[in-house]
Amino acid sequence: MSILVGKETRLLVQGITGREGSFHTAQMIEYGTNVVAGVTPGKGGEWAVGNVPVFDTVKEAVDATAANTSIIYVPARFSPDAILEAADAGIELVICITEGIPALDMVSVRAFLDTTNTRLVGPNCPGVITPGEAKVGIMPGHIHTPGPVGIVSRSGTLTYEVVYALTARGIGQSTAVGIGGDPIIGTTFLDVLQMFEEDPGTEQVVLIGEIGGTDEQRAAEFIASKMTKPVVGFIAGRTAPPGKRMGHAGAIISGGEGTAEEKIAALKAAGVAVASHPEEIADLVARNL
Amino acid sequence: MKLHEYQSKRIFAKYGIPIPRGEVATTPAEARDIAVRLGKPVVVKSQVLVGGRGKAGGIKLAKTPDEAEQVAAQILGMEIKGLTVKKVLVDEAADIRSEIYLGAVLDRAARRVAIMASSEGGVEIEEVAAKTPEKIITVHVHPFLGLKDYQARNLAYGIGLPKEHVKAFVKIAKGLYNAYVGTDASLAEINPLVITGEGKLLAVDGKIVLDDSALFRHPDLAEMRDPDDEDEYEREARRYGLTYIHLDGEIGCMVNGAGLAMATMDIVKLYGGEPANFLDIGGGAQADKVAAALRIILSDERVKAVLINIFGGITRCDEVARGILEATSTLDVRVPFVVRLVGTNEEEGRRLLAQANMITATSLAEAAQKAVAAAKGELA
Repeated sequence: MSILVGKETRLLVQGITGREGSFHTAQMIEYGTNVVAGVTPGKGGEWAVGNVPVFDTVKEAVDATAANTSIIYVPARFSPDAILEAADAGIELVICITEGIPALDMVSVRAFLDTTNTRLVGPNCPGVITPGEAKVGIMPGHIHTPGPVGIVSRSGTLTYEVVYALTARGIGQSTAVGIGGDPIIGTTFLDVLQMFEEDPGTEQVVLIGEIGGTDEQRAAEFIASKMTKPVVGFIAGRTAPPGKRMGHAGAIISGGEGTAEEKIAALKAAGVAVASHPEEIADLVARNL
Repeated sequence: MKLHEYQSKRIFAKYGIPIPRGEVATTPAEARDIAVRLGKPVVVKSQVLVGGRGKAGGIKLAKTPDEAEQVAAQILGMEIKGLTVKKVLVDEAADIRSEIYLGAVLDRAARRVAIMASSEGGVEIEEVAAKTPEKIITVHVHPFLGLKDYQARNLAYGIGLPKEHVKAFVKIAKGLYNAYVGTDASLAEINPLVITGEGKLLAVDGKIVLDDSALFRHPDLAEMRDPDDEDEYEREARRYGLTYIHLDGEIGCMVNGAGLAMATMDIVKLYGGEPANFLDIGGGAQADKVAAALRIILSDERVKAVLINIFGGITRCDEVARGILEATSTLDVRVPFVVRLVGTNEEEGRRLLAQANMITATSLAEAAQKAVAAAKGELA
């Protein structure tokens, strides 16, 4: 078992003919992901990455292929439109990789999505992988291995680091979810924790947070009140200075809010074992097995 | 990206928010001329992108044009928190009876723009939030509706605004929201919004911070960037599409990915070192970008060791290795390098660096410990 993506995923790639889109589509297919369609306006009728049919619109692609999940590789200025198009066509899960979407665009997109049944993961995220079943994202597939640990993270390469350390110790992952480093995102820690709590294939959860916002604090409240499975945590950015945007648009300490210290304190108070550096996460996870 | 007070207020004025009459001067003589034109007592305000200008002596009243020239001479060229004052705003001095705070900010938890008002104007809103949070009234704006009149009235009544000012306040609050959306801001503040002796509302100070991700659709605003807003290293990094933040430590860090870059800085600190910078080379960086990143790190004279931590995904370790070799072959490198390459094409990357006499590490903890030791001169 797993969450969000798996064998049942029928994936549509928005921006499939672009440089990033075509490269990662090939990687996803190689991993075993069921890629059923691509969309690039103006290139309908063509074929991409071998034998993936390309459509002009998401609606046509869904009608023809019954795609249920979409991944977005289009440039930032076109991404809000791409997310809305996927939601309007009834796609259940939209994963947006694109970095640099204006925050106010995401405010509108989120407000619209709240009126639909579409779930958005991202933007500015590495995607979601269920090892051995489906890779919907840009993460290196080979470092993952199937197993009982669910991972949810705001960061890309930091997640790879943790997965690598887990796999090296023979500890597999149920699903790894990158929720993204932007201030406004579709799926939060809280949402993913809830899914992992309900997933019979997940025995414990690793939460990788960073400075900025209060999402980790709200996750801590949920862990304390609702979660029965053990959670191991890590927060990046203890040495980050206030007022500076640390790469991710969402990783900024502003008005004294969003520091690593307050997040670590909240997680510890909720009974989470918090690692002092990424590789220690694997030690803490091993202890719970 | 931060805008100056004068830039912010000019934007506010375009959205129907009343601001004092005023102009910008770069010399004391210009300040004098402006004061003559205004024909009233003026306030001379340093234009630097830091808070606390008043306390630093960067804002002064002048009753006459002669006085305006004198105080402008004092303020121009002064240093405020490390920034040199190059411009002053000469505004007609307002007859201030009371001060209000009005601000717009993105509330991440609510996923809405929040408009906040407080009767405690003229002080930083964070201070009010810490001491008297009940004095801040907040409304959240639905993006499809915009700020509605009733919401603005709720703010006005909530802060106990005298009722003769409510109508003008509603217009200003809506103007502020429209300015926020119109410029793709991440923060827009009027602090203070004052009630004058003539019974008018006036935005005497203003601040706008723009969302960098939206600058592509605001070329006019992007041009307003003050080069002093970032240091020389940060400016150079931006040219190459790198994210670099200058810190005070001695261990230069080059990492791919923002989260991993922060975690790498943290682990350096954990093992007793101090990071000299945050640097994210991003995903899929080519050799030239890596070389540029290293040049920037090495141009900081405080750097005593360089820690390179790459987890290859889209980024290929062999490309990074080529960039390292390119940089080290053209630069006079006098500090030790600790390199950790993991992931895509790691063998090729390591093979390329084998001849380069660099300290290598397999785990992140090992890399950090070695970098700290190397910076102290404990590793050859």
